Amino acid sequence: MPGPLIESLARQGITRRTFLKYCATLASMMALPPSAGRAMAEAMAAARRPSVIWLPFQECTGCTESITRSHSPTIEGMIFDMISLDYQETLMAAAGHQAEAARLDAMQDNAGKYLLIVDGSVPLGLDGAYSCIGGRSNVEMLKEAAQGAAAIVAVGTCAAFGGIPKANPNPTGAVPVSDIVKDRPIVNIPGCPPIPVVMTGVLAHYLTFGSLPELDDKGRPKAFFGETIHDRCYRRPFYDRGKFAKTFDDEGARNGWCLFELGCKGPVTHNACATAKWNGGTSWPVESGHGCLGCSEPDFWDAGGFYKALSVPADPLRIAGVAAAAGAAVGVGLSFANRAKKGAAKKAHQPVTLADLEKS
Amino acid sequence: MTTAQRVVVDPVTRIEGHLRIEAETDASGKITRAYSAGTMVRGIEIILRGRDPRDAWAFAQRICGVCTLVHGIASVRSVEDALHRAIPGYSIPANAELIRNLMIAAQYVHDHVMHFYHLHALDWVDVVSALKADPKATSALAQSLSGYPRSSPGYFADVQKKVKTFVEQGQLGIFANAYWGHPAYKLPPEANLMALAHYLDALAWQRDAVKLHTIFGGKNPHPNFVVGGVPSAISVHTRGGGQDATALNMVGLQTVQNVIRQMRDFVDQVYLPDTLAIAGFYKDWAGRGEGLGNFLSFGDLPSENFWNPDSYLIPRGVILDRDLTRIHPIDLDADNEIQEFVSHSWYRYSQGDAQGLHPFKGETELGYTGPKPPYQQLDVDKKYSWMKSPRWQGKSMEVGPLARVLMLYASGNVQARELVDTTLKTLDVPVDALFSTLGRTAARTLESKILADAMQGWFDRLMANIKAGDVRTFNEQYWEPATWPKHMQGVGLMEAPRGGLSHWIVVDDARISNYQAVVPSTWNAGPRDAQGQPGAYEAALQDNHVMHDPKQPIEILRTIHSFDPCIACAVHVTDPAGEELVQVKIK
Repeated sequence: MPGPLIESLARQGITRRTFLKYCATLASMMALPPSAGRAMAEAMAAARRPSVIWLPFQECTGCTESITRSHSPTIEGMIFDMISLDYQETLMAAAGHQAEAARLDAMQDNAGKYLLIVDGSVPLGLDGAYSCIGGRSNVEMLKEAAQGAAAIVAVGTCAAFGGIPKANPNPTGAVPVSDIVKDRPIVNIPGCPPIPVVMTGVLAHYLTFGSLPELDDKGRPKAFFGETIHDRCYRRPFYDRGKFAKTFDDEGARNGWCLFELGCKGPVTHNACATAKWNGGTSWPVESGHGCLGCSEPDFWDAGGFYKALSVPADPLRIAGVAAAAGAAVGVGLSFANRAKKGAAKKAHQPVTLADLEKS
Repeated sequence: MTTAQRVVVDPVTRIEGHLRIEAETDASGKITRAYSAGTMVRGIEIILRGRDPRDAWAFAQRICGVCTLVHGIASVRSVEDALHRAIPGYSIPANAELIRNLMIAAQYVHDHVMHFYHLHALDWVDVVSALKADPKATSALAQSLSGYPRSSPGYFADVQKKVKTFVEQGQLGIFANAYWGHPAYKLPPEANLMALAHYLDALAWQRDAVKLHTIFGGKNPHPNFVVGGVPSAISVHTRGGGQDATALNMVGLQTVQNVIRQMRDFVDQVYLPDTLAIAGFYKDWAGRGEGLGNFLSFGDLPSENFWNPDSYLIPRGVILDRDLTRIHPIDLDADNEIQEFVSHSWYRYSQGDAQGLHPFKGETELGYTGPKPPYQQLDVDKKYSWMKSPRWQGKSMEVGPLARVLMLYASGNVQARELVDTTLKTLDVPVDALFSTLGRTAARTLESKILADAMQGWFDRLMANIKAGDVRTFNEQYWEPATWPKHMQGVGLMEAPRGGLSHWIVVDDARISNYQAVVPSTWNAGPRDAQGQPGAYEAALQDNHVMHDPKQPIEILRTIHSFDPCIACAVHVTDPAGEELVQVKIK
């Protein structure tokens, strides 16, 4: 230090101290030791920016759009100071042959060292003709680019788990990246789209340590996907007290009551929406009145309908009634019991359903 | 200098999705024939079959993450229209219409600004030339155009230094391998530096602009919707406040108000003046790039409700052969008006590929006949795209900002007339200049101004309703599919930033039995039809484009980008090869 990043931050009126603070915050958000913050700052301020190649397959560009909404670090901050974004079709100036050449050059110049980001699923039907770039199939491009990649980041539920193209009946034979690449480290960052800070946080971790963060059994960084939406939901107290909105526009809805009966998938969805929130902490789906769709879980499109309550208890009114009658104390007790149950299941890698929660 | 040849641009970058352009040139480098091909499919309409129509918006919305709200809105409208056709008087609350209008307009302004600076600008702005600019002269130029506060010499000097450092490091990243220094770039260094600074400013601005969607829809990209209204209940009158509330409390509404102001300011102080300043150097592009002369708009932004098109801010209708004196009505249900053709698309129709099908009777069966990848060239005499070819009364139509601005102009919208006339006067070009690549890009800016201005009115009405105690946002009647008729169908129309969008839904026993999305980029980017009539991209490229150097096809990019392609939108229909169409079994 100070490398070009610190200089450029200084020009923007951002002091070295502020930058270090950002790194420390990011480190603590990812549950890393305090020293990691400084290491992060040093790595990100390094002279040569690591090459990043971003390949778009069966995608909607929502993941790219999402990362442009990153507040800290910003997309322009990343492009100018943290990484060398050598191929990104939505943002790059070059097109056609020149674009292809840029990708091939970056792959050659940084062989074994570049980070490969993929959004979108990969169709295997019709010899890959369902999705081609420059006359070549996605699967061929992925295999080629994966060979020289140090690691692969599958952003979005499509790249991570197959996403909407893979939804029943999967017309194009879509598969996730991990079905094709078996010999490179892969981190899945699901979400439709993923939260910007989750994408940039994983990038910062990789740039700092040259490795991927600790992952769960679905290849997701535990720091962001370790808990369910329900665990951290600000409406959780209403769930515990049995207070549920019955429609999108009743007194309960206006008072911010639990959306469980309107189909919220928060209890079975691992993501950071409830804590990180969206678009600079402005709001997040539940705060804006709609249940969680479950978009960071595999096959959420085929999970039975967005407005169907999760494994509805035999008599939802009874549960609501009991909790309401017994008062807050019981609610808190129930909540602790639920968490204990959930913790045990987590250790055994068993999925926790709402039915499990209700039983305990 | 050159011989006749075929120029292939694939991938076309700085767009949404996967687009391939093949163009044939004559010996002078002039494009004689152009072909537009979508090269990716997912099959979302097939995936939608058999599902709960109330879930459809979430699937349909994933058609596109750029114009991230439009398919969600069109989808909920299609279900609501089906209910409205079946159940007299069915509608959604006034507040929900106002909130949707605000979200639609915010999408336009956000999308158009990002398109201009981040997708289109690099066709006109030479980043390398900006390094030669004098920051003081740049400041003087910027201050002569508007009162934007970030126009000091120091500001431009900082931007220039930042870019210079970046270039000197030798890692050009997204700016590598472009056509910098190409003689087609005409801006003086100072204008290039100003535009480059605003490229960065617009990236920062857009992050805050999307907060309007986040308040109402919980996140962006892909905010949430609900059939029957909007999901965000209004918490202004609740006693709890703070934790016991939705995002739509007084703090959230203040955020919305702030975003509306920021949007207006950016359009007035940066986007509009930049468009005019840059256009002044490219007036030759007012003489090419508009090939069809036919324009279609479904209209949008109701001041009353969706079923009252007379109350729309943007009118519905068709303009033929550039004749602005006559607006033709659209009959949505007539079998021979809106149709999709597959003569040059990789699909098969059960009654033969030469006829067109109305979307309510639309079919989607895959018939890939293209080359096995990897391939060098498509056989354009046969089928060559995953996009269908929509037509109105058998004619190719252009949709989008130019169609809308022409419709507003032709129908006598006072603000549109004033804006268009002032723009033509400022640039000193005739009305014909509208029918061009430059006209299309300018139209996008002008409609952003119209919509940014209109937002405050909708917001004020929403606040007045809340103040008067009307906080209704959702029609819970007929939410339960058990209350629906056995069979119903409806069409959800809207004007997406890229043009007229229509989702056609057929519902049997509360399940989707057919879902067809006829989208803006299919109208514009679709291939030839049975009569050999080209689509809008193809016709536009065949209108007076001489390639300076076919190896650097900047001319193709300028005109294609002027449409703001969204190809994931255009291509989303498919079936597995050889497999029978999905039969919907009703339980």
